[in-house]
Amino acid sequence: MGNLFSLITGRTIGQADGLHKGAGSEAHLKATALVQICQEDMNRLGIKEGDIVRIRSNAGQVEAPALKGDLPTGILFIPMGPTANELVETDTLGTGMPPFKGLRVEVERI
Amino acid sequence: MSAVFENVTCKFCGCLCDDIAVEVEDRRILKAKRACPNGLGMFLNYDPTLQSPLVEGKEVEWDEAVSAAADILSRADSPLIYGLSSTSSEAQRKAVELADRLGAIIDSTSSVCHFPTTLGFQMVGGAACTLGEVKARADLLIFWGCNPMEAHMRHFTRYSANAKGFLTPNGRRDRTVVVVDVRPTKTAKTADRFLQIEPGTDYEVLTSLRALIKGKDINEPVGGLPSEQIKELVQMMKTCRYGVAFFGMGLTMTAGRGYNVAEIFALGAELNQYTRFFAMPMRGHGNVAGADQVITWLSGYPAAVSFARGYPQFGPGEFTSVDVLARRETDAALIIASDPMAHFPRKAAEHLERIPAILMAPVTNCSSQVANVILPTACYGIDAPGTAYRMDNVPIRLRSVMQKVRPTDEEMLMRIMEAVKQ
Repeated sequence: MGNLFSLITGRTIGQADGLHKGAGSEAHLKATALVQICQEDMNRLGIKEGDIVRIRSNAGQVEAPALKGDLPTGILFIPMGPTANELVETDTLGTGMPPFKGLRVEVERI
Repeated sequence: MSAVFENVTCKFCGCLCDDIAVEVEDRRILKAKRACPNGLGMFLNYDPTLQSPLVEGKEVEWDEAVSAAADILSRADSPLIYGLSSTSSEAQRKAVELADRLGAIIDSTSSVCHFPTTLGFQMVGGAACTLGEVKARADLLIFWGCNPMEAHMRHFTRYSANAKGFLTPNGRRDRTVVVVDVRPTKTAKTADRFLQIEPGTDYEVLTSLRALIKGKDINEPVGGLPSEQIKELVQMMKTCRYGVAFFGMGLTMTAGRGYNVAEIFALGAELNQYTRFFAMPMRGHGNVAGADQVITWLSGYPAAVSFARGYPQFGPGEFTSVDVLARRETDAALIIASDPMAHFPRKAAEHLERIPAILMAPVTNCSSQVANVILPTACYGIDAPGTAYRMDNVPIRLRSVMQKVRPTDEEMLMRIMEAVKQ
């Protein structure tokens, strides 16, 4: 499968700034509703910066604009927040920790 | 007239920077000098005015809100008390007492942060140091799966890479910084060496480092790194004067979780055969380390504790909040100084919409939207004093820079406890 990726979620400065303005604020939504993908993968999937892509995991699916990210191939990055939370599964493998990093997802251009 | 308070502690993140100059006028903070953008956001966006508590969206008197909260918790078969990482240790103590009285589950935000660090620590132990020692002595700093340039923005200047200390008078020039990560983060771009490993291979790379330290040889690439690079890192670690491996969610949230952390703790301890070496988790919220400390003093375990049987039971995967919520094993929640609706996977957060929930927090957040009772409390470190534990487990005083008009979390928890007793 060519469009399988490993998803990493994490903090960014924009996401934290949005949180201070309120977790439900426009700034927070804007800073967290995006997906970073590397140029090579963008070329391979025919995605241009700003294109809306659909990302699907076993837990759910989201649509978000693609941004070019400084990442290795096969990796997606979404800032922690409501968009990422739709995708993260709840099986913690007995550790309490959901798979916020290294989650298998599928990506397609819409 | 404005007043300036020097050496105020910022409780936003685990760095607990206690050198902030806060300027206050008419109960509003105008400036927070030296604070990073995260700290600044916390100081400038907080509105300390007294707000009415809400029950089912309606403004009520405090007595009524306390009694509604006590009623929800008393009726529940299996209440969950969650959060605690941005409140004071004094309030954390009361929360454990309340959990004991209710037969509740108590869990902190550690659960979705460094709880695997606890699991790793329980497996192998660890060699610990303080950030003061790091500042004064460390000449090798390894940042593994963490990104302080975006999450702990003053860590470099106050405690680590750029800090000037007793044996490190030239700051950055006296230290070597190595970053190990799966992507070139902002922190990686400032490092002397960046080792980019393949995702999910932290355990293998750490184990290889341990094997080399024990005298085994490795001649194949591990985690995408050529064996020469791994050997070079081992050499740096063995020959440094004082080394510290800081680590973050890159180890705790990926495959292996607690086992990754056990490897880095074991690695740190084993390096003490050659030099002084330590491993330290980069704790996120200001007093999340305090939550671990306080719950441990009182129950014997740092998080994921159930008092349902009348005595504390520890249950990773069983009493950890995401598991409890995803399996719908709780019928009421008391959320203290945190926002699970914003940070939990959707399926776990959804259960909070189904059950009665109480939110005790200084600010409105996503969890306010599902809470049946909202108790707008004071913000420790701004309008209430208290204690918080830094990421190296050193307790730091949180000062208040204005007279409080809101009740504190500690006071609210005591009132709820009284109401529950009745």
